[in-house]
Amino acid sequence: MENVNTDGYMVAGYIVAFATMGIYLLSMYLRSRNLKRDLETYESMDREKK
Amino acid sequence: MQSKPIALTILDILSAIGVIVATYFALVFAPTEAVMGNVQRVFYFHVGTAWVGLIGFVVAAVTGIIYLVTKDMRWDRVEVAAVEVSTMFFFITICLGSIWARPAWNTWWTWDPRLTTAAVTELIYIAYFMLRAGMEDPEKRARFGAVYALLGGLSAPITFMVIRLFRTIHPVVIGNASAAAQGGFDMTPNMLTAMFIALGAFTVLFIDLMWHRIRMGNLEEKVEQLKLKVSM
Repeated sequence: MENVNTDGYMVAGYIVAFATMGIYLLSMYLRSRNLKRDLETYESMDREKK
Repeated sequence: MQSKPIALTILDILSAIGVIVATYFALVFAPTEAVMGNVQRVFYFHVGTAWVGLIGFVVAAVTGIIYLVTKDMRWDRVEVAAVEVSTMFFFITICLGSIWARPAWNTWWTWDPRLTTAAVTELIYIAYFMLRAGMEDPEKRARFGAVYALLGGLSAPITFMVIRLFRTIHPVVIGNASAAAQGGFDMTPNMLTAMFIALGAFTVLFIDLMWHRIRMGNLEEKVEQLKLKVSM
């Protein structure tokens, strides 16, 4: 491999790594939030049923 | 939902600190590799994410066995968490490898044994979620998932060992590389330090994310049970 400037590849690599982890964290947050909402809805439906 | 344990909050903080420290060691502390230049710095995250990715697939296989023996749904939730978190980390591994390969091998991708087994492993675990999504019955889903995770788990040691057993252009940094390997380099002590810090940081982050995902699985289970109760 000849001596070339590879800084751009390094930056791209770290952007991909952090973006992937960020998207995953966001997806976990959104899924948890939706589940909590569902739980509240079903709990209130259950209370009304009683 | 149960309140968040203090230990999990501490683990969240440790994970964040660990990733920041690992990034500092990879980008600042480790020396620039003489031939490849700065792109070699992706190696630290590449190895760190590959480590937790492959370990997670083995964890999923083991928890799959435990589920099949005990039929306890808690082990199914651990298995799902391990597969999901590992699939995400292993995706990063493959992307970083491809980005490194472009300047090192002059190509984004080549069907080398290591790259092929890594891609197959990732696809196996993407298919795992497709398999589970196609099943309504929780017990059937858990049983099929466990068997699949057990068989899929074989791909982890194969992916790890392939560069040590076959002629491949993928470098082996620790151990003996194939004669055809391209892009290898000798690790200096500072490079080794950065690598071990990345391994440690990603291990802590992996445990932290697993814990969060297991808690989410518990919540999913609760919602599913309540939904059934209400609909009856």
